[in-house]
Amino acid sequence: MSAAAIPYTVEPRPDTGLNNVKIGIWLFLASEVMLFGALFAGYILLRVGDPGFGHGSEELSIPMAFVNTLVLITSSVTMVMAWASCMRRDLGKFKLYMGLTVALGGCFMVIKYFEYTAKFHHGIFPSTSTFMAIYFTLTGLHAAHVLAGMIVNGYFWLPGAKMWETNWQQFTNRVETSGLFWHFVDLVWIFLFPVLYLLPVPYAHP
Amino acid sequence: MSDAHAHAHEIDVDHHVRIYMRVFAALAVLTVITVAVAYLHLTTAAAVALALFIATIKGSLVACYFMHLISEKKLIYVVMVVTVLFFFFELLIPTISESINIHAR
Repeated sequence: MSAAAIPYTVEPRPDTGLNNVKIGIWLFLASEVMLFGALFAGYILLRVGDPGFGHGSEELSIPMAFVNTLVLITSSVTMVMAWASCMRRDLGKFKLYMGLTVALGGCFMVIKYFEYTAKFHHGIFPSTSTFMAIYFTLTGLHAAHVLAGMIVNGYFWLPGAKMWETNWQQFTNRVETSGLFWHFVDLVWIFLFPVLYLLPVPYAHP
Repeated sequence: MSDAHAHAHEIDVDHHVRIYMRVFAALAVLTVITVAVAYLHLTTAAAVALALFIATIKGSLVACYFMHLISEKKLIYVVMVVTVLFFFFELLIPTISESINIHAR
């Protein structure tokens, strides 16, 4: 252990009753709420202010987004099962569920890739309309979060799992923490799906 | 850790896992409902309200059970309350200020 070890990574701090990792991830998620909140605010402003807003939303593929919603929800379940497997000290099950979580994240990205390329082939770009601009911005930022979660989870799945032998408790905390991020990314998509794909065009009959 | 203690811990995790499976089923059903109501051809206001209502239920299930918010320490709740407050502030300020501008013109 190095001399400058970060304190309270596993044991709770006496004053907060929490370990510093838990506080850290929740403060980070708070900043993430504000990041996505700013773009949702932009969406509301455009929707209320632009009479033509939403035209183009009927071009989006509801079946693809529906499947992707189920994929992300399932990946949240496998993520929480990976944590439960840590708690049960079952490394084999942990590897299985964490691997599934990463794979489902990959599945989401592949479907998103096909969605994006289908739009590009039809000549639909972020510059096409205000709706498409906010659509690509929100889903692009969200996809970047999925990718980031896959990298972190992939690390804990393979090389990072070495910590299981040396410090099981801290490893379990790490899995819980990356899980909190992953569930947040799922939560954001739960709102993005209806807002971008399903809501009717505000002024369909001008 | 004694065997009895380890055993008690395991039962606790099993209880969690059963809840996770129920939440999973609820989320899947609510996703289907989300899509189904989009084909009901409701008025825009009703469609927005209903879509956000269902999404809020789904989001709450994820936050409460998968993110364990239902049994967190007080400080996390404090962080969340402040975040939610600022979030709604952030969501509404552009639209409110824009409508004030429109009326001022």
